[in-house]
Amino acid sequence: MSEVLPRPGDPEITAALVREHGLTESEFERICNMLGRTPTFTELGIVSALWNEHCSYKHSRNTLRTLPTEGAAVIQGPGENAGVVAIGDGVAIAFKIESHNHPSAIEPYQGAATGVGGILRDVFTMGARPIAMLNSLRFGSLDSARNRYLFAGVVKGIGDYGNSVGVPTVAGEIVFDSAYDGNPLVNAMCVGMLREDELIRAKAEGVGNPILCVGARTGRDGIHGASFASEDLSEASEAKRPRVQVGDPFTEKLLLEASLELIRSGHIVAIQDMGAAGLTSSSAEMAARGDVGVTIDTSRVPVREAGMTPYEILLSESQERMLVVALEGHEQQVREILFKWDLTAEVIGKVIQEPVYRVTEGDRIVAEFPGSALVTECPRYDVPAEEGREAIARRSIDVAATKELAAESDPTWTLLQLLAAPTIASKRWAYQQYDSTVRTNTVIGPGGDAAVLRVRGTDRAIALKTDCNGRYVTLDPRVGGRIAVVESARNVACTGARPLAITNCLNFGNPTRPEIFFQFKEAVAGIREACIALDTPVTGGNVSFYNESPTGSVHPTPVIGMLGVIDSLEHITRSTFRNAGDVIVLLGDCTDEIGGSEYLATIHGAIGGAPPACDLDHERDLIATLLEAIRAGVVASAHDCSDGGLAIAVAECIMADPGKMFGADIDLGAWDSLSLRAVLFGEAQGRVVISSGEADRVLEIAARNGVPARVIGTVTELAEGLTIRAGGRVLKIGTEQAAAAYHEAIPRIMDAAPQSAAIEETEGVKV
Amino acid sequence: MKFGVVTFPGSNGDYDACHAAADAIGRECVYLWHKDHDLKGCDVIVLPGGFSYGDYLRPGAIARFSPIMNEVVVHAKRGAPVLAICNGFQVACEAGLLPGALLRNASLRFVSRLVTMRVENDSSMFTHEYYKGQILSVPVAHGDGRYTADPDVVARLEGEGRVAFRYSSTGGDVSDEDNINGSVNGIAGIINAAGNVLGMMPHPERAVDPVIGSTDGLGVFHSLLDGVTA
Repeated sequence: MSEVLPRPGDPEITAALVREHGLTESEFERICNMLGRTPTFTELGIVSALWNEHCSYKHSRNTLRTLPTEGAAVIQGPGENAGVVAIGDGVAIAFKIESHNHPSAIEPYQGAATGVGGILRDVFTMGARPIAMLNSLRFGSLDSARNRYLFAGVVKGIGDYGNSVGVPTVAGEIVFDSAYDGNPLVNAMCVGMLREDELIRAKAEGVGNPILCVGARTGRDGIHGASFASEDLSEASEAKRPRVQVGDPFTEKLLLEASLELIRSGHIVAIQDMGAAGLTSSSAEMAARGDVGVTIDTSRVPVREAGMTPYEILLSESQERMLVVALEGHEQQVREILFKWDLTAEVIGKVIQEPVYRVTEGDRIVAEFPGSALVTECPRYDVPAEEGREAIARRSIDVAATKELAAESDPTWTLLQLLAAPTIASKRWAYQQYDSTVRTNTVIGPGGDAAVLRVRGTDRAIALKTDCNGRYVTLDPRVGGRIAVVESARNVACTGARPLAITNCLNFGNPTRPEIFFQFKEAVAGIREACIALDTPVTGGNVSFYNESPTGSVHPTPVIGMLGVIDSLEHITRSTFRNAGDVIVLLGDCTDEIGGSEYLATIHGAIGGAPPACDLDHERDLIATLLEAIRAGVVASAHDCSDGGLAIAVAECIMADPGKMFGADIDLGAWDSLSLRAVLFGEAQGRVVISSGEADRVLEIAARNGVPARVIGTVTELAEGLTIRAGGRVLKIGTEQAAAAYHEAIPRIMDAAPQSAAIEETEGVKV
Repeated sequence: MKFGVVTFPGSNGDYDACHAAADAIGRECVYLWHKDHDLKGCDVIVLPGGFSYGDYLRPGAIARFSPIMNEVVVHAKRGAPVLAICNGFQVACEAGLLPGALLRNASLRFVSRLVTMRVENDSSMFTHEYYKGQILSVPVAHGDGRYTADPDVVARLEGEGRVAFRYSSTGGDVSDEDNINGSVNGIAGIINAAGNVLGMMPHPERAVDPVIGSTDGLGVFHSLLDGVTA
């Protein structure tokens, strides 16, 4: 170890300064013990950047360890920039989901845009060509101008970034619930493709190998962004707007092409995005993975402005930068590739024998840590977990006793209300702002149960979907966690895909509150159970805590990003009906459950009761049935039954595709013993609506798999409209009337209300 | 016949255009680097979609100064075909290969969807495989696609049959409702006076394979095949 002295001008290390860096007294003591002395200001900055929740997972790591991460298809599990799985024919898929909630809450356009940029880099640094983006978004009610502004800004930010880079945005979900007032969730997922032998890892290796800083120059933006993401949002957050980074998709596109060329060139051994906590995090993590020492000279990092201190250079979160470990002697070839793409590459350090993490400014050592202690010595916390009283009380509400409104005597009224509820209504207003067809692989784009992309050069396709119902997780985190997995699995299975693996983005409140940590532990336990039952291992993901605003915590929202594989293009199945005359079959069974439903939320403004039960054996058998029937060629369409229940699912089947609308004649008399609203709008799990020209064979396959199945009606012509007989009542509505409610709900809100002024203001920074 | 697709920094439709030429009609296709001066003996030059130079300053305004554009202009001046799609259309207008300009969509929002458009010219080297009035379903994906030009230029384009495609309903009607970006007269694509440069906002190269939803863009490529000798 060398002598490290404070840099002239460094502030004195005081208890207040330590606190400002988000470190506790005991964490500070830990640092002093690790170093055998008081840290310098630069070292304090480094530790604060690495030991904040966002980078260190200090509250979540022990719980995450319980998730199943292994499987025959898994090539790379958690711990790298992205997970990688094999899909056959030597082709592999790299995928990961990540949050950008806090930046988006105060600067929606740039917050969302840089979220897209960051996750793209995580995928292409594995050597994968990004082929698809998804996003999972949560906002408060659109009744509020602030929420409309956030929604519009986030959608525009996602679109402008992804469209420019040329990666299609193909699926996702958007939910509106006042639980997300003040703290929207913006989770972006990127999916990339590579040949198995093209995989590269972010592991520093080879003593003497040079470390290069590649891409954009380093500026003073985004300093402490990661620690900002590790605290609750408050009134004061607005003042931290400068911590939000600014994205440049053009540079990203160049960096993407240059990085892939670099990886394929054989001149480098490792590459990593400089994401959260920038240079500090990328260099320390690469060194720890390779179990080697590194030395970085901040005076050699290309900067945007003179006079930047090592502290600033190390903590900057300037976008579109990469850290590369090249082979010794190949620096010039690396520079030439970057130069071709009008980018720069500078050698800023090297891999060394001595087991230290060292930062210099010219000859002066400004920070030094032993071995990989920075990463390995990070504290881990097991904090108390206890279910909150409010959650117990909500779950115990007898929702079956909820008094019906007078208007509900006409179930058609209820159906129309639900179709126009922003969470259920068509999200076309948003996804038409995303290029979903570039790269010409998109077979099923936004609006289907899951997106489907063909894999060029093979007969295969992949299916992708994100999902989570935060209301269920609020009411019962374990069941809610299970449902997030099984619903995303059902969604990809409806397209004909075998669910293969997941990535997850776990959005929760402040983990130091026992009721929040309880939600976290239980939801992870539910995810674990479902992933084991469905044999879909977890390949990575992200935890986002502190999603709280002055009005309280968000719904716990563990978003699941599911990847499925379709073994033949012939098996690709759509969610909407295909032919008049086809018979409609319900796989699975109706129940009397209405707890946690969209019906209760929209019609009664209530969140209560137990969420629907989730029988994992049934879900597995249901998926097996569905896939067997699809492969047998007897399924014309398949649609998952979820938000809004069976009546909404059938309505979507007839009119979600405006270019091909139908009618349907449905009889649900078999469930007359249940309450009418549970049959129509209850959200019993494990159900799929199928249309088929050979219903007998569907029933036979279901019987053989032990899955309940029943013919519930027939697909008719558009002019016939939708008729549902249930509970001795007849619900009748024109297809076009249902379509208008569903397709026009969000445009009516967004195009009528002023929210654009504030967006134009932020758009200026694009140039 | 050999296709050459120009890759500007920020192009992202180059890959799709090359695949359309190679996979859908089985012709050789090469990428042409923006810093080069060599068209590599290509018969058809494609200026592809994307965000050349990030669309900074103005879409196409910087790309048109790329070294390769000198050669593309020479190629066009001698009457050889140039297919300019989306951002390529914007580059072609900036380079003076086509009249007019593409402004921000009237909605002020990016629009990505399958649109229907009506074939207006069925005799050019890009469109003779179609018939006049034919309705095509082709994807669009752009933020700056509102075609505009001086009234006399528009009158000349209309009078000389140089409007290649017009946004329409599935029944072929042209109205404000189907005009997805507010283009003058619903213009989706135009041809230069010599008939060898086509600029269009919709993406024919994304509509060449039934698996991805439409094959209505194939006609552009087939027309070129029949009309151009190698």
